Amino acid sequence: MDAKMNLSVAIGKLKMQNPVTVASGTFGYGVEYAQLFDLNQLGAVVVKGIRLQPVAGNRKPRTVEVSSGMLNAIGLQGPGVEGFIRKYWPFLKELKVPTIINIWGASIEEYAEVARRLDGLGGVGALELNVSCPNIKEGGAQFGTDVTLLSRVVAACRKATTLPLITKMSPNVPSIKPYARAAEESGSDGLSITNSIPAMAIDIETRRPRLGNVTGGLTGPCIKPIALKLVWEAASAVKIPIIGMGGIQNAADAIEFMMAGATAVAIGTANFYEPQTALQVIAGIGDFMRRQGIRDAREIVGALRVEDSSGHQD
Amino acid sequence: MVEQTVRIISNERDADLYFRLVVEASRIAPLVQPGQFAHLRIPGLQPALLRRPFSIFQVQGDTFSVLYKTVGKGTEALSRMGVAGELSVIGPLGRGFTVPRPGGETPLLVAGGYGMAALYLLAQRSAQKGIVFVGGRRRADILCEAEFRALGWEVRVATEDGGAGEKGLVTQPLLAALRKGTSGRKLFACGPTPMLRAVAGIAAEFEVPAELSMDEQMCCGIGACLTCVVPIKTDSGWEYQRTCTEGPVFESSRVLWEKA
Repeated sequence: MDAKMNLSVAIGKLKMQNPVTVASGTFGYGVEYAQLFDLNQLGAVVVKGIRLQPVAGNRKPRTVEVSSGMLNAIGLQGPGVEGFIRKYWPFLKELKVPTIINIWGASIEEYAEVARRLDGLGGVGALELNVSCPNIKEGGAQFGTDVTLLSRVVAACRKATTLPLITKMSPNVPSIKPYARAAEESGSDGLSITNSIPAMAIDIETRRPRLGNVTGGLTGPCIKPIALKLVWEAASAVKIPIIGMGGIQNAADAIEFMMAGATAVAIGTANFYEPQTALQVIAGIGDFMRRQGIRDAREIVGALRVEDSSGHQD
Repeated sequence: MVEQTVRIISNERDADLYFRLVVEASRIAPLVQPGQFAHLRIPGLQPALLRRPFSIFQVQGDTFSVLYKTVGKGTEALSRMGVAGELSVIGPLGRGFTVPRPGGETPLLVAGGYGMAALYLLAQRSAQKGIVFVGGRRRADILCEAEFRALGWEVRVATEDGGAGEKGLVTQPLLAALRKGTSGRKLFACGPTPMLRAVAGIAAEFEVPAELSMDEQMCCGIGACLTCVVPIKTDSGWEYQRTCTEGPVFESSRVLWEKA
């Protein structure tokens, strides 16, 4: 990396050495990928969503491959907040790069309680509020698709912790702008856009759904254009930084998200098939900056040139 | 576990729909334990994205091989790859079989179709020779019988159409052998889930220990995505464990079949 070039970005108080992180649920708890590369090269590590209690997860099949993507309905299997602290935090706290912990709950109180517990841990980089998982009946998505509930969840977590809060937005709304504003006004320091898109697949021979949960979330390159538009729209509505995600496979994809208004990007499904993708994206952003004579990665953020900005009207 | 771009040394049809792929993988091959697998990214498979897992069949120096059946787009694309072609491989992955030590149990291996491949290294590295029971629908599904015999193992074959060996399921000759004695014997099985379930039932009935290599659909292969889980009994009940990480080999008595 060119010494004169600056790739660092910030999401509120969270400092990232480069704008590239990973999407919750696609990177385990970091320790799995640490077997393949040094996680300290990332901008941040984002772990799989946890709630107060352990979660068994959904019945199988839990994922299915579709054209240029995949569906998942894992059901947020996880060890619960205490299990997470016992099993995974000793590894994560030793990393030189920040850890963003994705949290969820079935009630506003539960979100706040998990936030409070993790605040007390010391050394957590940020909390990502999952208000948009499509695969859990009792919690998650309902908070992301109701502006009032969304405001209350974010506000409750804001009271519970001084850690940076990043709200992970649902794509499943008519317009993302009021939701983005609600998260910002309630104290969110950043937005993650987007979560997976509700979807399904059918086995015509057996006439059965291909997922045990019947429906799931679509991710991978096939959702990139959708995610990009959501980022662009939200960026026009809020001042807080956005972490853009949805089907990023290479640096060009990541730069598109940044031009649409994302301050940082997250690699998701690509981790499953090319674990080194995030590292290639970091290197590729540097190459692009060098080629274009860009000194600071933040110059790319929102650099999209649009002659008719009517799409940005409410 | 290592990610490595490997070079194809050979990729030839074995018989029928079965192929043998040999790759030069100097960083992976020496690490392989019996029952582990390799996760292959097959080029030119778009719009499919995910890697495909394959049990490791044989290891020789810096090379390892897999025995695969063309069952879909991924394996068909793989079968068209030629010598010197390159693949990205992550491996060796998973927790394999417990290799019998000198003076330990006598292994009885149970294989369904290409499940035979996952048992070869175990047979090769086991301190005691045993019997391998192999089943398939027809003669063409009985693989690498000669390789096991070359190791000095006894091979008992069953086919559903009677085209080779005994007519019927692989569990028949297994049951016959266990009725003659169970003392000091241990089962090791790899094959389709219904066969594994039957072997688990037999192991419980005859009170013999058994290790099963579970056949689950896989996604990341390294423990992150939680796709390939199986319900495993724990002290406090049960939990979903990962076939790619805690498995693919599980103790038969720990699998909670009612939830599987």
